[in-house]
Amino acid sequence: MQPAPHKVRSDFPFYSAILGIAGLYLFLIVGMLAADLWYAVANVSMEEFRELLTNEDIQSSVRLTLISCTISAILSVLVAIPAGYILSRYQFFGKTLIDAVLDIPIVLPPLVVGLSLLILFNKMPPWSGPSFEEMLGGNFTYNVPAVILAQFTVACAFAVRTMRNTFDQISPRAEQVALTLGCNRGRAFFSIVVPEAWRGISTAGTLAWTRAMGEFGPILVFAGAIRGKTEVLSSSVFLEISIGNLEGAVIVSILMVTIAIIVLVAVRFWDKGNREQFYHD
Amino acid sequence: MIRVENLNVRAGDFRLSDVSFTIPTGQYGVLMGKTGSGKTTILEAVCGLKDVTGGRIYLGGFDMTNARTGDRGIGFVPQEATLFSTMTVRGHLSFGPKVRRWSKAEIAERVGELAEVLGITDLLDRKPFGLSGGERQRVSLGRALAPRPQVLCLDEPLSALDEATHREMIDLIRKMVKSHGITALHITHSMSEAREIGDCLLRIDDGAVHPVEL
Repeated sequence: MQPAPHKVRSDFPFYSAILGIAGLYLFLIVGMLAADLWYAVANVSMEEFRELLTNEDIQSSVRLTLISCTISAILSVLVAIPAGYILSRYQFFGKTLIDAVLDIPIVLPPLVVGLSLLILFNKMPPWSGPSFEEMLGGNFTYNVPAVILAQFTVACAFAVRTMRNTFDQISPRAEQVALTLGCNRGRAFFSIVVPEAWRGISTAGTLAWTRAMGEFGPILVFAGAIRGKTEVLSSSVFLEISIGNLEGAVIVSILMVTIAIIVLVAVRFWDKGNREQFYHD
Repeated sequence: MIRVENLNVRAGDFRLSDVSFTIPTGQYGVLMGKTGSGKTTILEAVCGLKDVTGGRIYLGGFDMTNARTGDRGIGFVPQEATLFSTMTVRGHLSFGPKVRRWSKAEIAERVGELAEVLGITDLLDRKPFGLSGGERQRVSLGRALAPRPQVLCLDEPLSALDEATHREMIDLIRKMVKSHGITALHITHSMSEAREIGDCLLRIDDGAVHPVEL
């Protein structure tokens, strides 16, 4: 007797489940942004909006945010490229431990990162003599360099992770071919690996930039939130809330979201152009 | 000539001990063996891509056991071509000569000459994206031959090609190797490929390399 023909069950439950779960998260993100917009439209007049955007402190905060995030992102990428490459290509004693240590800025509570930087610069080295802060002329903590270092400390950890994944996906064979053609390690790296890793480098830079913009805890503790001096957009939100100006905080938040979207979209376009130029004819 | 004497290589848990063989100058040697028998490890050791723990490797009469990869005068054609995805075909052919600081005129002449023999002149300004398997292997072969190596190492270069391209590539590789007077070490799983392309056949069994009649 022939067995009954097998009938495959519907894929509907599978697609419903994955779309439903992913959609919930998307709804949460869009919901948050829509709530900010709605609150701003309902409670802030055009006059107040213009006033806040032309406020000198907010303008200085925007300037410092753009400059410090760009410097932090560049520094992060410069450190992440060699660190990611070493972790991806070489096996050595203590690699697992070093790998875990490089993740510490990601898993540590942000305030603890700030506190640790504060102690490192002001209470170290442990032997008698000047602290690192004094060695640097006393102009680091609660100043712009502290803002950049606080952003860099966390942003770089994300960039390292991204670069490691990037190098993991590039076959070492291409580099080996370059070695047989007469390259030393450095030339093989810069001629072959870096161009192939370009997409990952741009992703690491974008991630570091946006991560630096969202950083608040370490900046608050290590650099303070001093108006017109160490105030970045994330601290502006905090300062506006602390003086009871919820409307102002929402406007600054919307400004941050807008800047983040502009950066992400600009990088995507730039990256797309580069990809076509790099890989296609 | 490629001469390997009592070679010892260790790669993780894998070990090769006392491997010896010789491929005379200008001969095309084919190395066969089961998957995991250590064929690629031997080839990588000859190329200087794998550290050896004992024994000697002589290339063209010189002891190259501890020489750096780029100083060995080897051309390497890896499995599936492994082209540089951001470089044009012209870039591939001129890469080795450029690294070796040939003059621009010498590089242009060499690229033109190789492209013509390999039948890739029309592809010179294209990037690897979209090239067929046969075209990719031609570029890979040209890239390896461009700096005029004395030795050519090929790691299963034809395994991913269709039958017609496979046949075509065997003729081309043999022609190029013979016209350049190169000593070759070619790895393959296919006995028919070995018979068609090789002058001498080596088989690796249980860590030992033996010459086999073709």
